[in-house]
Amino acid sequence: MTVRLDPADAAALIRARFPEAVEAVDGFAVRLATSALVEVCQYLRDEPSLAFDYLVMETAVDYIEDDYLELVYVVRSLQHNREVVLKVRTDGRDDPVVPSLVDIWQTAEFQEREIYDLFGVRFAGHPDLRRLFLWDEFRGYPLRKDFLPLAQ
Amino acid sequence: MALKTEPFVVNIGPQHPSTHGVFRVQLTVDGETIVDLKPVMGYLHRGTEKLAEEKTYTQCIPYTDRMDYLAAMSNELGYVMAVEKLAGIEPPPRAKWLRMIFAELQRISSHLFAAATFFQDLGGWGTAIMYMLGRDREQILDIFEMTCGQRLTTNYMRIGGVAQDVPPEFFPAVRRFLDDMPSRIDEYFDFLADSDLLLTRTKGVGILPKELAISCGCSGPMLRGSGVPWDLRKTNPYLYYDEVDFDVIVGQNGDCYDRFMVRFWEVGQSLRIIEQCLERLPDGDVRHPFSPDFVSGTFRPPKGEVYQAIEGPKGELGYYLVSDGTTAPYRFHVRAPSLINLTPFREMCIGWKVADMIVILGSVDIVVGEVDR
Repeated sequence: MTVRLDPADAAALIRARFPEAVEAVDGFAVRLATSALVEVCQYLRDEPSLAFDYLVMETAVDYIEDDYLELVYVVRSLQHNREVVLKVRTDGRDDPVVPSLVDIWQTAEFQEREIYDLFGVRFAGHPDLRRLFLWDEFRGYPLRKDFLPLAQ
Repeated sequence: MALKTEPFVVNIGPQHPSTHGVFRVQLTVDGETIVDLKPVMGYLHRGTEKLAEEKTYTQCIPYTDRMDYLAAMSNELGYVMAVEKLAGIEPPPRAKWLRMIFAELQRISSHLFAAATFFQDLGGWGTAIMYMLGRDREQILDIFEMTCGQRLTTNYMRIGGVAQDVPPEFFPAVRRFLDDMPSRIDEYFDFLADSDLLLTRTKGVGILPKELAISCGCSGPMLRGSGVPWDLRKTNPYLYYDEVDFDVIVGQNGDCYDRFMVRFWEVGQSLRIIEQCLERLPDGDVRHPFSPDFVSGTFRPPKGEVYQAIEGPKGELGYYLVSDGTTAPYRFHVRAPSLINLTPFREMCIGWKVADMIVILGSVDIVVGEVDR
């Protein structure tokens, strides 16, 4: 049975190694500082007692009223059958940049391209950041809440 | 005298019988050998996630049907389970057992279809095998039709249960299917086992190493074909999968042959599960008393977010939902196995010939409706 790590426990684990990394914890996820994302993920993957070797899913949510986008990462250890959800927030909604995780989990490649395509988040360090579904000339980011399909 | 060659770009698709829908592959070839590959997708992008964020929770169910249109039941199942987790609704036992039967029937039909199109890709006895496997799949679609009136886009699952109970003719039809299938599997295996066509074109072709499969987030037969015994029905059981006996089929080499055989043997395991479900199917309701009506505008799950995954025929099918307490999901995201299983496609193809690329793509078993959503 997959154990979903209690976010409070996961936060304590991360804080023990990176005291500044955790910004907030709720019942669902651990929210990290954007600047700490890559080193925390690297640590989660490489530390043998954790071995989070599998990025299940990466996506974004547009919280337009609070003026930020939130990236959501579901991370799993196949070896220990444990799961944890990580989040980072972008600094505003105007051309946000978040570090890419492609070097840690290759599965991020298409998923980050999808987020770039539909939310307009740029991923620093992504080897091939192009739109995934829409054509290059397409204007706007459809999954943002201020993109209204019927009004176009 | 050696001929001078230079790399050349070839487009395969989007309209091509071997790309399983409107999927395009941009190949850079040196002679017949692939030196680089870029998948191009989006030709079937319908904005399902955006559309779903403007519908009520129940109205989203038919949209999920149209993603992996060869496995509609599984798509619905993952979605309604995510909403149930969000809203704290527990469906009655009969509904859960029925869901398992339909999920496994759907898995069989999806695997049979994958096998049939795979043989088409091999350039083999396409028509004959399509008819044979189509015959079995047809029986499953008939069972769906008698239950919910639809063969492909079934719209049968509901939040808190299933749309309606199965009709009386459902049981003899499933029984006949369960009785027919074992001898047919033997028959298929007889001509598969020593088929030169299958062995020479798939053994050792398109090898996906275990570490790469994990790093690329592959799931389902892709991951198991590479020797990782990971099946959400075992590792994170949902419904009543922890109460039935079945084996996880695992490959060894991670080549096209192993992926094909994993699917092939999984059909038998699904039959075992259905057999046990029929034995244990209890009487009772199939809908939770608070299960919302189809166009209900009053169903509002509490604020919160959820990630719920099931083992779909193609792999881990997950739904990430965010509720803001209104009638429509604030965020509706699908972790689509068809898209994510394509991540290592480039690595698997480099160094092989163009004709092998077709076989490798067939062994990944994508449905473009789910890749593009």
